[in-house]
Amino acid sequence: MKKLLIIAFLGLFLMIESFAQSAEQKGLEIAKKAEKADLGFGSTTVKLKMVLKNKNGQVSERLLTTRTLELDVDGDKSLITFESPKDVKGTSTLTFTHKVGSDDQWLYLPAIKRVKRISSSNKSGPFMGSEFAYEDLSSQEIEKYTYKYLETKGDLVLVEQYPVDPKSGYTRRVITYNQAKGYRIEKAVFYDRKNSKLKTLTYTDYKLYEQKHWRAGVFEMVNHQSNKETRLIFSDYDFSAKLTETDFTQNALKRSGN
Amino acid sequence: MKYFIFALLFLPFFVQAQDKKAEHDFELELEGEYRYFFSDGQFDHQDKHYPSLALRPKYSVTWNEGEDAFHFKGFFRWDKDIKRTHGDIRELYYQKAKNQWELSVGIKKIYWGVTESNHLVDIINTTDLVESFDGEKKFGQPMVHFSYMTNHIGTFDFFYLPYFRKQIFPGEKARLRYSIIIEDDAIPFESSQETAHQDFAVRWSNSISIFDIGLSYFKGTGREPFFNSDGEGNLVVIYPINSQTGLDVQATTGPVLWKVETIMRNNTFQEMRAFTGGLEYTLGNVGNSGMDIGLLAEYSYDNRGDWALNALQDDLFAGGRFAFNDINSSEVLIGAMMDLEKSSKIYSIEASRRIKNSLKIELEGRFFSNIDPKELILSNFKEDSFLRFTVFKYF
Repeated sequence: MKKLLIIAFLGLFLMIESFAQSAEQKGLEIAKKAEKADLGFGSTTVKLKMVLKNKNGQVSERLLTTRTLELDVDGDKSLITFESPKDVKGTSTLTFTHKVGSDDQWLYLPAIKRVKRISSSNKSGPFMGSEFAYEDLSSQEIEKYTYKYLETKGDLVLVEQYPVDPKSGYTRRVITYNQAKGYRIEKAVFYDRKNSKLKTLTYTDYKLYEQKHWRAGVFEMVNHQSNKETRLIFSDYDFSAKLTETDFTQNALKRSGN
Repeated sequence: MKYFIFALLFLPFFVQAQDKKAEHDFELELEGEYRYFFSDGQFDHQDKHYPSLALRPKYSVTWNEGEDAFHFKGFFRWDKDIKRTHGDIRELYYQKAKNQWELSVGIKKIYWGVTESNHLVDIINTTDLVESFDGEKKFGQPMVHFSYMTNHIGTFDFFYLPYFRKQIFPGEKARLRYSIIIEDDAIPFESSQETAHQDFAVRWSNSISIFDIGLSYFKGTGREPFFNSDGEGNLVVIYPINSQTGLDVQATTGPVLWKVETIMRNNTFQEMRAFTGGLEYTLGNVGNSGMDIGLLAEYSYDNRGDWALNALQDDLFAGGRFAFNDINSSEVLIGAMMDLEKSSKIYSIEASRRIKNSLKIELEGRFFSNIDPKELILSNFKEDSFLRFTVFKYF
């Protein structure tokens, strides 16, 4: 009898405990589901056109190539090479994302053939004058955020995410997942350090690759405070390149920029 | 050598026939430069205004899914100074890359090192002295370069350097020259093989957590001549056979980069030791403006003292780099090089900005201040403060 009471009490306690944590746990679970749904892409290469628009509507463009290698024990590796404007052609970055701690990043300057290890602690700064911060473009690892489930609207699930790194430019971001489409992200709303709405990123033109991997064809970032916009237009997604670790070394970085 | 270069030139045509999926890329860079020197020169025939024009054609082809590549980069400059009017093959090489190794054959440029104000360990290519003040422009170096990346113990690079490129010293009409005109071909060599002396170099490099480490050894013709006085007031200039060990280390700790470069150079005439070390601290996205400010401080020591050709024998460099991260990639670097033993100071500014998609402008200023009359090298440049304005057009 006494034993039963203890068990019943313990059960009740666990139930309360799980209710109390459910928003955080549910948020984390959704983020994990989204990550799991995209597992096994191996490696990709993609061409990227970045269209920058200032508040007067003036437009400038740049072209990049991005190579990504999926890793499970630690974060992904990526190699980005600029194709235009021509004065920065060949400038490339190699990034080793880490699930915990700061990423390793190297910059290649083709004019003097120099590889320079750079600080990855500047996450909140703009990437090449765009409305994308470095942290928006780096590999999204589960461990880099804490989570809170908000609500479900039909197929759409909203989860609030809080960056772990104090150097992030955001207090939080609200991610809209589409659970009917492999938990792909439809929208992200970013709030600055003062907790005011800063930017909205919309993902459109989705295509399904290898029957499993959803990739958006267009990322559209609107800055509500400056009224500037940046569109990323992806083309020639290639999941068959079979890249390996040797394609993500300092030698590979130099080759990609030459 | 010449036949080999000739053969390499035909390689792209061969590729064309072999691989229809080969990616060709041709580019041309046109540069208009104007240098203005504030004061009259201290030597005869020197001028104040120096307009100049440079051309940089570039061609690359990669094939076999990027495993094979051929690169060419040419250079030619017209200038008032007949010695600065010069051309060079900066790059002309074939490269094969497969998994963990990479082989390059031809003329190539290599960069080693981590510090900003002085480049001690960077030894493979001869500096193109007349081209730039900071010594970051180099002549193409003929080589066979083999690179092997191990899984856990870093990368090993081996260099066979069959031919040496002599330095070009400024001519009579040039600013930033010595009181005497150095005839490039008149400088003797320690080795009877002269420019054909066979040189070798090896480098090990690795990235271990926060550290990036490079250890290098070079045996061959010195990339700069040895200068000294024979004790009777006569200048001794000779290209020695050097053996040089170099070490460069960078530690990346959050926003701070800690950097050290040091070399030991031994030859018949000297035992040279030099060191540069310091830090770079980056304040990212200052006040949410998007601008990054990098603060630089580096100390340089050279046991050649007054005979250190870069005049960095006991000097402190302090500077700031402003990267605006705007659409036009605007950047400004200001700095001061201060001699800790003498009054000599050099202030500098370098700024650049894109104005159109294929047009970029650059501004460089060097200001020599309180140059000590005892300075053997810098005293020649004491009237040579200048502003350089450059426009780059890309085709």
